[in-house]
Amino acid sequence: MLLILAKVIILTFVVVLPLVPISVYFERRFSAIIQDRVGPNRVGMPLTLLGMKKDFSFFGLVQPMADGVKLFLKEDFTPAHVRKAFYWLAPALTVVPALITLAVIPFGSDISIAGQKISLAIADLDVGPLFIFSIASLSVYGITLAGWSSNSKFPFIGGVRSTAQMISYEICLGLSVVPVLMYFGDLNLGKIVQYQSQHGWLLLPLWGHDAAHPLQEKLLFLIPAFISFLIFTISIFAETNRMPFDLPECETELVGGYHTEYSSMKFAMFFMGEYAAMVVGSALIITLFLGGWSLGPWFDQWAAGLAIGSFKIGGFLNLGVFLAKLIGFILFFILVRWTVPRFRYDQLMKLGWVIFFEAALVNVFLGALVIAAPTLSAAVIGIGAVLLLVLCAAVIWVAKVSEAPAKRNSGLLLQD
Amino acid sequence: MAVIKLQRPKLNAGEKIYFGALIKGFFLTMKHAVASLRNKTRGAKDMESSGLGITMQYPEQKWDEHLPEHYRGAPALVTDEQGRERCVSCQLCEFICPPKAIKIKPSEIPADDKWAKVEKRPLEFDIDMIRCIYCGMCEEVCPEQAIYLRKDYAITGLARKDMVHNKKKLYEIGGVRVGLVNKWNELK
Repeated sequence: MLLILAKVIILTFVVVLPLVPISVYFERRFSAIIQDRVGPNRVGMPLTLLGMKKDFSFFGLVQPMADGVKLFLKEDFTPAHVRKAFYWLAPALTVVPALITLAVIPFGSDISIAGQKISLAIADLDVGPLFIFSIASLSVYGITLAGWSSNSKFPFIGGVRSTAQMISYEICLGLSVVPVLMYFGDLNLGKIVQYQSQHGWLLLPLWGHDAAHPLQEKLLFLIPAFISFLIFTISIFAETNRMPFDLPECETELVGGYHTEYSSMKFAMFFMGEYAAMVVGSALIITLFLGGWSLGPWFDQWAAGLAIGSFKIGGFLNLGVFLAKLIGFILFFILVRWTVPRFRYDQLMKLGWVIFFEAALVNVFLGALVIAAPTLSAAVIGIGAVLLLVLCAAVIWVAKVSEAPAKRNSGLLLQD
Repeated sequence: MAVIKLQRPKLNAGEKIYFGALIKGFFLTMKHAVASLRNKTRGAKDMESSGLGITMQYPEQKWDEHLPEHYRGAPALVTDEQGRERCVSCQLCEFICPPKAIKIKPSEIPADDKWAKVEKRPLEFDIDMIRCIYCGMCEEVCPEQAIYLRKDYAITGLARKDMVHNKKKLYEIGGVRVGLVNKWNELK
């Protein structure tokens, strides 16, 4: 009991929550150097106030802390026209699901104190990804309630957009990981990472080949795995309201989107929720596709043997590897944000419903065929492949036919 | 009114898939990122950037040498090479000043003064730098070429009265200008 409490407190407040300001900092610095600027590099220790010659700036790493203090000190204003109960509930509803989903993510391999094993996941659930999907999709309630309870037009549009976006991307999100879960044959994220540590990462199967896990089978599975990775990553972008899909809060169209009417810490909670969702999303992608905390079998074995007395500390090294991968993936998130322009609303829906949904569906069958191939006869594989091709062609044909012929965009003018 | 019908460009299959453009975009942004980390951003040399991107970091690096010839900074009064005031306190600048930043109190030059040839010079000449909009109309209107916009731009003060440049301060900023001025023209 005490152990679980300690794990909750340490993993949430020492490991993950500090990642939020760090990713905000990286966001600002990385976007700055992409745009040939400098970014926040001043805030630090004002040693000149104490009579020293130079300030110590830490490359501006204290900036997010200063921002946090600023948000704390701002007036927490509740407009008179809002529906108060929901208005106050909404920020919490966006942060909490993001933090709850952390419970099942394995942050590192097991550590053991005097023979007692401690896993570095808060809850070693046997339904890890399902738990994450079910809880993470609750965060849309926060956004929708914020939009509705603000009782003003821009937040309302933001909330509606968020709901529509969430519905259209949840399906591809769930369907795209089905082949991956079939491949691992397990829904326990800890075991999935353990498997990848022994037999190669899903997208980098370079080690641990044996009779039960031959190389060509892994390489063949790379095709459905990569399609899954693509769809899953893009759906995570939509799920976390990140840039190419940040329609609920796009500044250029909706002022601030769903959090237009919020200020001070309530706004900061939305901000934190967004970044925490980003951290969880990257963590899930890394766990499923990029080997979680493992860094090749040699490193993992060396780390597993590492001990101070009876205290095996290898898990902390794996934790470090995991965090490094996490920050790397967050940097990728940021790169995408500052590279890809925002999708238009109809493009977004079309991408979700017409392209990714079908692609993920076909990919499930493709993955199943690849996994089952060793046990099937050549004829059955051939029939399966042909059926898949026909299915693909049918889907593409339907998508093409269902697309209405482009009408002249005449706005409010009458068509002749 | 002529109606121009615009046709959307026809995209080929590669362009419709969109991933090629995405990857090109990643290369573009990463190229900028790497260039600004290596201080190789285009134009970084000319701007004397701080070593990250093109930005000049203000208190350490300043615009001063890069200010263009036509830069309009703080307005100031000038003297000629013999230390004589050029201003005749005609008050044209005071009247033209759009934000009414200039206040002049004219006075006579006493007969026993060394430079008693002309009748007038300003007793007080205040420019309120909080009001000044650096438009340069005072410089343009001055018949005696006595007021010029210099290149000083960091005009700061801790109180409103610090921001009012008096006559002494204006001559300090302005310094000396060489060249014939009507007021001191002996032939006139």
